[in-house]
Amino acid sequence: MSNYTAKDFKKGQPRWCPGCGDHFFLASLHKAMAEIGVAPHETAVISGIGCSSRLPYYMNTYAMQTIHGRAAAISTGFKVANPDITVWQVSGDGDGLAIGGNHFIHAIRRNVDINMILLNNRIYGLTKGQYSPTSPRGFVSKSSPYGTVEDPFRPAELCFGARGRFFARAVATDAVGTVEILKAAAAHKGAAVCEILQNCVIFNDGTHESVYTKEGRSKNAIVLEHGKPMLFGENHEFGLMQDGFGLKVVRLGENGVTEKDILVHDAHCQDNTLQLKLALMEGPDFPVALGVIRDVDDMTYNDAVHEQIEEVSSKKKYHNFRELLLTNDIWEVK
Amino acid sequence: MAEEMTVKELDQVVVRFSGDSGDGMQLAGNIFSNVSATVGNDISTFPDYPADIRAPQGSLTGVSGFQIHVGSGKVFTPGDKCDVLVAMNAAALKTQYKFAKSTACIIIDTDCFQKADLDKAAFTTDNPIEEMGIRQDVIAAPISQMVKDCLADTGMDNKSMLKCRNMFALGLVCWLFNRDLALAESFLRAKFAKKPAIAEANIKVIHAGYDYGHNTHASVNHTYKIETKVKVPGKYMDISGNKATAYGLIAAAEKAGLRLYLGSYPITPATDILHELSKQKSLGVTTVQCEDEIAGCASAVGAAFAGALAVTSTSGPGVCLKSEAMNLAVIQELPLVVVDVQRGGPSTGLPTKSEQTDLLQALFGRNGESPMPVIAAISPTNCFDAAFAACKMALEHMTPVVLLTDAFVANGSSAWRLPDLKDYPSITPPYAPEEMKGHYTPYQRNEQTGVRYWAVPGREGFAHILGGLEKDGRTGAISTEPENHDMMCRLRADKIARIEVPDVEVYGCKDDAELLIVGFGGTFGHLYSAMETMNRAGKKVALAHFQYLNPLPKNTCETLRRYPKVVVAEQNLGQFAGYLRMKVDGFVPYQFNQVKGQPFVVSELVESFMSMVK
Repeated sequence: MSNYTAKDFKKGQPRWCPGCGDHFFLASLHKAMAEIGVAPHETAVISGIGCSSRLPYYMNTYAMQTIHGRAAAISTGFKVANPDITVWQVSGDGDGLAIGGNHFIHAIRRNVDINMILLNNRIYGLTKGQYSPTSPRGFVSKSSPYGTVEDPFRPAELCFGARGRFFARAVATDAVGTVEILKAAAAHKGAAVCEILQNCVIFNDGTHESVYTKEGRSKNAIVLEHGKPMLFGENHEFGLMQDGFGLKVVRLGENGVTEKDILVHDAHCQDNTLQLKLALMEGPDFPVALGVIRDVDDMTYNDAVHEQIEEVSSKKKYHNFRELLLTNDIWEVK
Repeated sequence: MAEEMTVKELDQVVVRFSGDSGDGMQLAGNIFSNVSATVGNDISTFPDYPADIRAPQGSLTGVSGFQIHVGSGKVFTPGDKCDVLVAMNAAALKTQYKFAKSTACIIIDTDCFQKADLDKAAFTTDNPIEEMGIRQDVIAAPISQMVKDCLADTGMDNKSMLKCRNMFALGLVCWLFNRDLALAESFLRAKFAKKPAIAEANIKVIHAGYDYGHNTHASVNHTYKIETKVKVPGKYMDISGNKATAYGLIAAAEKAGLRLYLGSYPITPATDILHELSKQKSLGVTTVQCEDEIAGCASAVGAAFAGALAVTSTSGPGVCLKSEAMNLAVIQELPLVVVDVQRGGPSTGLPTKSEQTDLLQALFGRNGESPMPVIAAISPTNCFDAAFAACKMALEHMTPVVLLTDAFVANGSSAWRLPDLKDYPSITPPYAPEEMKGHYTPYQRNEQTGVRYWAVPGREGFAHILGGLEKDGRTGAISTEPENHDMMCRLRADKIARIEVPDVEVYGCKDDAELLIVGFGGTFGHLYSAMETMNRAGKKVALAHFQYLNPLPKNTCETLRRYPKVVVAEQNLGQFAGYLRMKVDGFVPYQFNQVKGQPFVVSELVESFMSMVK
């Protein structure tokens, strides 16, 4: 049992716009941290720049709000230097995938043991409404008055492309689902990417409309659970089946389909092919996948760094500066 | 004829080994400098290597040089021009001859002066000596053939045998300077400890070179000896500036009781610092080769927050990319050392060459009011002390510090007396005292020093947030309040201004100089040598050489105003002179500026300074 309550992690009064998805997420993070039970002083929350990157100011933990896009790099240095602290890295879609895209993929590739939160509202909020790298093609914004002429990143694809070992998704308004994936991310050793779908009430209201309400999610989303059949719909009347190289949505009972024909989720499967297909599903033909989509164990970077230090230390005969000096070609002048 | 050979005693000598980049000139040079240093001579070396990864063999762009200055007393530079030039092929003679004194002795491998070699080196006749108008003594020896003959019975293949050519040249030079080959042998045995056959082949060839000189007298009529005048007893090693920098960082971490973290990205000429530190895992050194320069610095800021001695190493173009994260460390008041091994700029510029053109970037190259201490290393061995000082300053004053070195200092090497850390000051970071538990805020300061207290994550009762946004000085909360921001800017500036640094020392005719030479960083050796030369010629000249650039030493104004004339000499177009004019009212110096990517030439300095004195 945890010794903490959500209150132990709370600090200050958030200044986000009323209705902003960040409020929902913050409450879920406080709750998840209380349930995870790592002490506030053994927790660090590190963000970049943007609306969502204000989050560390509302955490009663060690925290750092840094510079645009660099949170993943800063978290990497932090975790390697002080592996005993649990690190949460918080970025928005602009911070994490535009200016910070390089650090995002390399932190994942290295598998640094940090929980990487990506708050995706598909817009730049703090600079007041420009399209982001996750805005859909044709998106009209202040900086794209005639619509964008570029395709967006799909965060899961970047994560998987960078050999991501953990990817989960939740909707900010769904506290239960969000807390679930945050706890799974904390339990996972290694870079754990959590994409949080959230609304910007001012500049991109309704961007995740189809799944933003409980009713919407029951129709348009599927919550994946390891070892459970992939069923969805208000009464779990739909399911997912493999169809050649792809997936298809089927209705139970139609064309002789029974629950036995439905795919069973395997988040621990090393091969990420199906997991990627699930992560990339979108409406209206497919449900949006929520929950832990991929969760595969692997050596973390920080552990590997320190294990190598231990290993080399046990083999080498010099362990301090004086001994190091004497490994050189030395001569004596008498 | 042996009876007629005489041994001439020299105060100092400059030897330059040159050849194709693959000819092992650096190794030959290193062994000669080590052998010289072992007998107590002072040494200063400078490698001059091409920017190309591997230029075509025998081509003009592929020539690599290594110059060693050996002295009976102190030597301060690798020397302007050489007394002995070894040219292992035609291209080397073509490009390196300009470094030979008019009295120099030139050693060439005639086997590498064949038609094809001459063509590659763009000679138009078959007599390169005549074509270049060379009048000096030339020892023309069929080195390649003699090496092959010498190793004929070892069973080595042709290519492996020819790799030993450098040792023949080294043997010849050792004969010329009456060096004891036993020392060279022990260096080679240590270097090739895992390949004893290679060690023995090299040793065989070095003797062959020596004997060739001894038996033929190699068309010169005397050999030389450099006695040691002033011996400082102790244990020594040869160390380059980059290695000394790495060692200084390691020593500081040990002294402070902290883990050393380096976040870096490969960049010439700074990469050897990353190489050196990544080897030292048994000392607990953590190195991360990051995805880019930005991450190198950003990860170091993260490591600093986490409680490590955090360092990032780079060159000028890397500083451009790191400056945003450096500024984060300014506002968060975290300890960070940024090593800038300066090279020729702007942009990619001259990656392997040396300049002092990043001074203003280090001092001012960031947005906002961004005070940052800057320390410049003045010689290869001084990199150790400068790196140690930079770490101490960063940790004790909770600030990023720039350590400026340059390609010349970083790649050059000198004999270094092994330091004893007991002789170095302690490093005591301002950890938050336990009494602050429960009411710690990050910008509470020590009133005497203006330094904030450091609370490392993991301590209960000290949780806090640092940010890139301006903070209230008392509560640590975000503040856009005008008076607070004004106060915080002043507090940060004041904290740096109050750092105590040693006075600048004046060398030479400090009481009655007519001209004061002023420099900073890596030009010390050349400026000192120029001053000495002028003093010997009866000119009243002094030198004030700066290591601490921000804050400047307290005696700066008084020193600069004490002499009738001042010349600021630097390898840029006047950055230090301009900075001093900003700091010292009414200061109007003469200037000596060069941005050639090459070290100063002492004779040119002397000529210019002579025109400033009567």
